[in-house]
Amino acid sequence: MRIIIAGFGGQGVVLTGNLIARAALKENKNVTGMVAYGAEMRGGTAFAAVIVSDDEIACPFVEIPDAAIVLNQPSLDKFEPDVAAGGLLLVNTSLVKRGPKREDIDRIFVPATEIAQNLGQMKVANLAALGAFVRHTALVKEESVRQAVKDLFSEKNPALTAVNLAAFEAGLEESRFRKAACSASKKP
Amino acid sequence: MSEKILLKGNELLVEAAIEADCRFYAGYPITPQNEVPERMSWRMPQVGGVFIQAESEIAAINMLFGASAAGARCMTSSSSPGISLKQEGISYIAAAELPCVIVNMQRGGPGLGNIRASQGDYFQSVKGGGHGDYRLIVLTPATLQELYDLTLNAFDYADFYRNPVMILGDGILGQMAEPAEAHPYRPLFNLPPKDYILDGCRGRAPRVIRTLFLRPSDSLVQHNLRLQKKYARMQREISLYEEFETADAEVVVTAYGIPGRVAKGAVKRARREGLKAGLIRPLCVWPFPIEPYKRAVKKAKSFLVVEMSQGQFIEDVKLALECRRPVAFLGKGGGWYPSEEEILEQIRHLAAACLKGLKTQRKA
Repeated sequence: MRIIIAGFGGQGVVLTGNLIARAALKENKNVTGMVAYGAEMRGGTAFAAVIVSDDEIACPFVEIPDAAIVLNQPSLDKFEPDVAAGGLLLVNTSLVKRGPKREDIDRIFVPATEIAQNLGQMKVANLAALGAFVRHTALVKEESVRQAVKDLFSEKNPALTAVNLAAFEAGLEESRFRKAACSASKKP
Repeated sequence: MSEKILLKGNELLVEAAIEADCRFYAGYPITPQNEVPERMSWRMPQVGGVFIQAESEIAAINMLFGASAAGARCMTSSSSPGISLKQEGISYIAAAELPCVIVNMQRGGPGLGNIRASQGDYFQSVKGGGHGDYRLIVLTPATLQELYDLTLNAFDYADFYRNPVMILGDGILGQMAEPAEAHPYRPLFNLPPKDYILDGCRGRAPRVIRTLFLRPSDSLVQHNLRLQKKYARMQREISLYEEFETADAEVVVTAYGIPGRVAKGAVKRARREGLKAGLIRPLCVWPFPIEPYKRAVKKAKSFLVVEMSQGQFIEDVKLALECRRPVAFLGKGGGWYPSEEEILEQIRHLAAACLKGLKTQRKA
């Protein structure tokens, strides 16, 4: 599965990609990650590309994502048209006024930023989105992500482990799923 | 089996170098390899090594000359424009027969170019970017596992042959993250003692390391002949490549580095379509692995070269094939990369041409 995660710089798109990759690694899957590099700025748009596969991965770039996780409006506008027919779009409804237009893809709606605010930590909206993503795709096991969160934050900042896990659990539960309207052929 | 770790290529390179006992690094920042000096800056002090952010690329390569002359395993890294600046120093180090590892995470060129990935420095790396008759061993990993393994080996090749070794990567390899097994360092060779280094001559005769040969008694001609003998030995002893589905292949794709892994994906898809495609992927482009091409030429009707440059690698492929088969070309310049779809399209095209050729033969 080729995944794009996009949002404002600071929303944790790189971290989200890192967690998916670490969870996939725990399950002995092949995985690559690639982030935009160069002249980036705080508050600008950022994205990460992650590929998870049972086979060897040829190119680490993602041009036609099977799934896009978009955490704000500009990212939705930018990546919605790119998603493969029959693919998946996950939208952070808290920061998106104009919802997705396409109906030939599955859509997941999750109020990720509100979940994060309710937990008193704005930064963990990405984990709520990741929870919803994992619940509906089963790309990696929920337990692998929990373990990846524990591993990563024990290195980075152990104090934040609990609130990240709480956001992940809330995301697992609080999302709406809408199946693709037409029976579009699934991309290989 | 060691545990797999997940790092960016540039970061993994640092871990491999340190695992291989590299204890001296000098470099100067340039995208897309900045994670190398950044990680070196805190990893080297942890292991009692030396990290220097030099005042320039030229200073960094000349610091390696000194560090290597003093016996240290040493490394520098940069990206294309920075590597151009290092060429004078590389020529001197090759002339002095000092071991060191130079990493080039290539970016778009010529000139300042851009910060995307490229393979535009192929000629510079394998045909001699600096002056004089010298050669580098040029390693070309395509996956982060290969980057880790070849970095371990690079220091051994350098010490064994007393020659600079280049790891020729690109911005994608440096920036991408992928799991790799960080196994412990085990020397490739039984390495000879460094009996040439300048580590203080108390109790022994003084040694000299130099690259200036003016006296007839130590003729530069002789020095060059000795170097050439060493390069010929490397050509006999080093041949690194991956062969994939070449046994019955009619269309053989060949690429190194990142395009090599993209090409492998395309060849797999071509096979699923029933096309007889194969892949030769050099892991070292000097010495160039000639044998797999010689083998493939028996079955193959045509070859396809894929590179992220505008016709450099293709010259060595044609030399290896001695122009016995037609060679098609798919090149990308300016920091762009060839996609799996583009390569697959070319394979289909060449396979169709093979079939057409066969029909014409039967008619005749």
